Amino acid sequence: MAYYFSYPFVRYALAAVLLISLCSALLGVSLVLRRYSMIGDGLSHVAFGAMAVGVVASVSNTMLVTMPLTILAAVLILRAGHKHGDSSVAVISVSALAVGYLLLSVFGTSANISGDVCSSLFGSATILTLSLSDVWVCIGLCAAVILFFVLFYNKLFAVTFDEDFARACGVNTELYNLALAVITAVVIVVAMKLVGALLISALIVFPALSAMSLFKSFFRVTVASCIISVVCAVAGVLISLAASTPVGPTVVVCDLAVFIIFNILGKTVFTYN
Amino acid sequence: MALIECENLSLGYEGHTVVEGINFSVCEGDYLCIVGENGSGKSTLMKTLLGIEKPISGRVAFGGGLKKNEIGYLPQRTAQDFDFPASVYEVVMSGCINKSGFFRSASKRAAVEKNLERMGISDISGRCYRELSGGQMQRTLLARALCAADRVVLLDEPVAGLDPVATNEMYETVRSLSKEGITVIMVTHDALPVLNDANTVLHLAGNQLFFGSKEDYLLSDAGRLFAGQSGGR
Repeated sequence: MAYYFSYPFVRYALAAVLLISLCSALLGVSLVLRRYSMIGDGLSHVAFGAMAVGVVASVSNTMLVTMPLTILAAVLILRAGHKHGDSSVAVISVSALAVGYLLLSVFGTSANISGDVCSSLFGSATILTLSLSDVWVCIGLCAAVILFFVLFYNKLFAVTFDEDFARACGVNTELYNLALAVITAVVIVVAMKLVGALLISALIVFPALSAMSLFKSFFRVTVASCIISVVCAVAGVLISLAASTPVGPTVVVCDLAVFIIFNILGKTVFTYN
Repeated sequence: MALIECENLSLGYEGHTVVEGINFSVCEGDYLCIVGENGSGKSTLMKTLLGIEKPISGRVAFGGGLKKNEIGYLPQRTAQDFDFPASVYEVVMSGCINKSGFFRSASKRAAVEKNLERMGISDISGRCYRELSGGQMQRTLLARALCAADRVVLLDEPVAGLDPVATNEMYETVRSLSKEGITVIMVTHDALPVLNDANTVLHLAGNQLFFGSKEDYLLSDAGRLFAGQSGGR
């Protein structure tokens, strides 16, 4: 193990993974409880489409394209969500996937297009090729997201639990919804490097669902899902290094295993109030 | 001095008027029951009072030091397909949402303790909200409303879906709040609070059928019909 840690790229990868998993867990609790899980899924497809645009336009740092486009899509989905519900998510996400792949295959300059597509959809070893500047961007964004959740913990609970009540108290719930949409987009774009576009939802949804099967207060669910998420992500990366498996799917399988175990425990043995 | 005064209100959605010609006022210490059939505009009026929706025309004025968004709101209970993990304490704490500051300050905690005590639910403050009985849930939400505002509470069908015992306890609780001097506005289908507790009544049916004291209401056509339909209890 010490052998792996002697490589800087492994340390960078672990630092990034730790922060991303913390952010996605915090976000996941809010999204799952608001029945917005599918929005996260739809946005990850949009992020893939946006990345294809960035690659075709040969932008050196594709995040400059994916970030604004995904945030825009998040805001649009949220606006449409009130009226059209899940169908708008379906329309936007499949369109983004199709357009993205089409752009890459028609205008792509890479010799190995299907390999590139596969790695951006399922995550590849890219997490191990992070540069120091990538890691700093990741740290900055994640720190902002975590700060937001810590500062607005009480307000987020109130808005998530009962939006009408919050509005009756004079809280601008639209603003919170907008903030949540922007944060979702940010987390997805950052996390895409780790697990790939198609698997991000797992990172967001699994820890919250696992925690909810055992714990019954908002605070405990939030803390438990952060711990679950971090443990699974770090374990996934280490296993993938040791067993030479792809990072994204390994992390997701760890999350899935915890989800199954927690659900069985929750149904049979015990729950903490 | 009236706390809330509505003049010539017309309410509705997207240009479609649901109810019009509403004129009434609520004074400090009043117990107002708002009655009417489904679709008569009760909920729309309620949302307007809470500031969630804007009136098409007319105005809502707040006086006597009461500000907009200082009405404690008890929403109607909805279907319990709800698997939200939240403890009673957390739900009541969320009533402090309009108080300044990011964290749970000592004054917020004191307000929560006081209202848990007031509703007689201190002993279940650690329990999971979704596992409570209907009556306990309503007490929790009422404690939350009192954390948000302790002068005026607006209750939307507070006994919907409660069994008879819990219903009586709920009315008893609201009565004691009213005796403490808290102004109560209750949207209801039930004749009991109208007959027993209210001092003013507002009856809506697309327009305003009646507003005035309970005594006058029970002598009016609308009031006789309402009391008659509800079994004349």
